[in-house]
Amino acid sequence: MNLTREEERILAGELGEGTKVAMELLVAIGDAFDAEKMIPISRAHAASSGQEGDMYFVELLAKGGAKCRVPTSTNPVYDIEVFHKLFKIPKDEAAVARRVMEAYKKVGAILSWSCLPYLTENIPLYGETVAFSESSATPYVNSVIGATTNREAAQSALAAGVIGKTPLYGLHIRENRKGTVQIKVEATLKDSFGYTLLGQFVGERVGYGIPVLTGIKKRPSTEELINFCAMSNTSGAISMFHIPGVTIEATTVREAFQGDIPKESITVTNADLQRTCEKLQSARGGKIDFVMLGCPHYTLKQIGQAAELLEGKKIHKGVAFWICTSATTRKLAERMGYVETVEKAGGSIVVDTCIDEPCWTVYRDQVGMTDSPKCAYYRRFKDVIVAGLEECVQAAVKGEYS
Amino acid sequence: MKNEEVKLRCHKIVGGVAEGEALVSHEPICFYLTDPKTGVVREKNHELAGKNLSNKVLVFPSGKASSVVQIDGLFKLTMHNLAPKAMIVKDVETVLIVSAVLAKVPLVDRLEVDPFEAIHTGDSVRVDAGKGIVIIRKHM
Repeated sequence: MNLTREEERILAGELGEGTKVAMELLVAIGDAFDAEKMIPISRAHAASSGQEGDMYFVELLAKGGAKCRVPTSTNPVYDIEVFHKLFKIPKDEAAVARRVMEAYKKVGAILSWSCLPYLTENIPLYGETVAFSESSATPYVNSVIGATTNREAAQSALAAGVIGKTPLYGLHIRENRKGTVQIKVEATLKDSFGYTLLGQFVGERVGYGIPVLTGIKKRPSTEELINFCAMSNTSGAISMFHIPGVTIEATTVREAFQGDIPKESITVTNADLQRTCEKLQSARGGKIDFVMLGCPHYTLKQIGQAAELLEGKKIHKGVAFWICTSATTRKLAERMGYVETVEKAGGSIVVDTCIDEPCWTVYRDQVGMTDSPKCAYYRRFKDVIVAGLEECVQAAVKGEYS
Repeated sequence: MKNEEVKLRCHKIVGGVAEGEALVSHEPICFYLTDPKTGVVREKNHELAGKNLSNKVLVFPSGKASSVVQIDGLFKLTMHNLAPKAMIVKDVETVLIVSAVLAKVPLVDRLEVDPFEAIHTGDSVRVDAGKGIVIIRKHM
């Protein structure tokens, strides 16, 4: 890779040990992909996780005096103050989370602790070059917004935020953004859970590639697109997709394939989604111990829907009901009265955290329900039933799923 | 015992020199699904299930799974001195590169011949990533 004089100086450690480490990582990635040079980015999102590998790298940068040069937001860890009151968290795990959060603060990251930064705390514009890690963020930013990012790891995104640059490779190059496979959607997508299942199916079938979805009749909502992104980039590695006429870079199928003829096509029927749904279930039904919503984080609209469904109802005794969201969204949900409604019914809306965090170990041997296959995949519990929001709420009130 | 030595060119991704016994997997690997205290692969139905990848020169097609779990998985093995000595892959992606940089495990790709034909489990393999050279010693 051709480095500028300033980049060489950073690599030689002249601007401090922290930026040197960040530059070393970017150069390794650039060399691996034969990138010609570095290009400036305008923002980054680091999928911080509060785990040991995460802690090692961010502390290395923090101790080395590195500071983010461009706005760099952070993913959920967990709010120790909140969870210490609720559950017993192993001391060493809590210490890791605390150190991670302190180190991100030290490097000057935006302390969003949110997995949907592109909606509120750190929003890319069309055409911007960015470095966004996190499963829903990478495809959303590429496809829906039309900014360019590669499928970053937390550390490569943070390094890019610190240097303010990323190697020129992959999805930063226009030719690499063309569709690789056509997905003919014959299934009826009734609600956002339909998009969840579609994402799960497409990720499993395509694995790695850029799907082009056709046959979608109704314009998907923000939440439906978020769900599609999160699931397809968890069950597979989908960093980008096109829905001609909906997503920003293609108005026609031809444009989505940049003039090429699709080599492969996959049809999705109602039966496919039904099978996808059945495969996600590790329990058939019966008594449940908890409901976990907000993977990815619930938007204000989704919290409003949950509140509406819970209005005047009581969650069954012995069933815990959780909604994960960002601090900004919760604040608005408080103003709107949603938090009060959910809490009155016996539920909780928690911020800064995600189901993949160690704070939920209390549910390890329990049976739960969620509307997110991603939550089920990372599950730290015994059994999970995956269904739409309405069914989750009904089961929470009844104490069982049937 | 006769030793046959083959020297092949490769492309450096993460530098370093390492030597060890080869362990070949034709399936992608997720390091999160190994036991961090032993290095034994515990992913059910995986070709390497039950095998120990610690201190081996690992030959595999690519990494898999989300960035968070993959990086944490290899990092935990390194913390217990159980990481592979070096990694030879066919396809790289950003997450695997970051994992290798953090764990300080030499990583190479683009072997001049198909790595699955050139290297078999049990061969002695020396990886000099900086020089872009892999030396394979077969025990006949």
